[in-house]
Amino acid sequence: MTADRELRVSKISSGTVIDHITSGQALNVLAILGIDGTDGEVVSIGMNVPSDRLGTKDIVKVEGRELSQSELDVLSLIAPVATINIIRDYDVVEKHRVDRPTEVTGVLQCPNHNCITTEDEPVDSHFEVLDDGVRCVYCDTIIREDLAAHILV
Amino acid sequence: MRHDHVISAKQLTRGDIESVLDRASDIAADPGTYAGRHQGTLLGLLFFEPSTRTKMSFSAAIKRLGGDVVDMGPVDASSVKKGESLADTVRVIEGYADALVLRHPSEGSAKMAAEYVDVPLINAGDGAGQHPTQTLLDLYTIRENAGLDGLRIGIMGDLKYGRTVHSLAHALTNFETTQHFVSPETLALPRNVRYDLHEEGASVKEHTDLEHILPDLDVLYVTRIQRERFPDESEYRAVAGQYQIDAETLEAAADDLVVMHPLPRVDEIASDVDETEHARYFEQAHNGVPVRMALLDHLLEGDR
Repeated sequence: MTADRELRVSKISSGTVIDHITSGQALNVLAILGIDGTDGEVVSIGMNVPSDRLGTKDIVKVEGRELSQSELDVLSLIAPVATINIIRDYDVVEKHRVDRPTEVTGVLQCPNHNCITTEDEPVDSHFEVLDDGVRCVYCDTIIREDLAAHILV
Repeated sequence: MRHDHVISAKQLTRGDIESVLDRASDIAADPGTYAGRHQGTLLGLLFFEPSTRTKMSFSAAIKRLGGDVVDMGPVDASSVKKGESLADTVRVIEGYADALVLRHPSEGSAKMAAEYVDVPLINAGDGAGQHPTQTLLDLYTIRENAGLDGLRIGIMGDLKYGRTVHSLAHALTNFETTQHFVSPETLALPRNVRYDLHEEGASVKEHTDLEHILPDLDVLYVTRIQRERFPDESEYRAVAGQYQIDAETLEAAADDLVVMHPLPRVDEIASDVDETEHARYFEQAHNGVPVRMALLDHLLEGDR
């Protein structure tokens, strides 16, 4: 990493760094993780940062919070090549890739307005993950395009 | 067959289907054998939408098996009117009944409701989703009149929102059939059903008019195109008119073509078809009783 890039997104002492996010998806990554800054955590975002691998990428750093693998796997739906670094005392202690989960619960809103999960019932949205999209396990609606537009906020 | 709930035709295997249809045949042949078999059993009816055939045939079925119904009645006269959730309603009513039958306007309602109850729950129609018991009686009618393997079936009308179509299309993938879907482009099969048929390797063809495939069909399954699917009356009339059949239309069909319809019909099958040898839709509706008796007998087997 060049000094120029370090200036853009500085190091954190402990927490989680999500790197190699598809450009433009950083805010959706935070939305999926339910991080909106109201809990007081320090969040740094880099968007459209130059990347040798991706051309440009987004980076998110969340201080003081170590995100679990299952929390992070959901990100694979919108940022399939994201890498995860868990930081303690400025050192990377764990490094992971996101794995595509088999299902996601409570993350995406079913676009079918007539689906039971969009009503005032005690049920979370629940999608099965397909090779090329996701499918609501309640009403069977398939979403293939623009999953980020369906993130529950 | 071992299912706690009957939610979707997708869950039914060929073995499940044949087991119910065989039992329905036994019941139709000798109804007396099954009378009183489920004495004292109570079936809870929760119909959040109007129903004539499904509700009455479930009532008739359980009563002919020796049981009875407890009926939530119309939504306007129930606690639903006070804002009670479906999850709460089914949890209350499962305490009054040995099995539940649910019709609800939302897709996925039966699946969610089943997560909240221990007694068997039967989906009697969830919005534009599924209607698996209609499919069982459709398959029974097809088997009696044309046979299932080797079948060439035309399914016509509102394929997008028609729950009987979705369930039937799924169930037919258990048999060696060719399914011809005939509809206006705006009411073609939804993406999810198309996906499943493709995954199952089903033989499927889609058409916008009936004329050129009609002579090749063994069964023509007609469904209603609803007025509310179109932005205005004139467009509805123009489109719906192309998917209506009468006795003259059927002159081009094979002599033994079987015409079916889940009913109610409006004008998609002219009344002059009723008098032809093709018409089987009233027989189809009557088959609802032995088929639902057979299904209930399977589901309640452990209670006898």
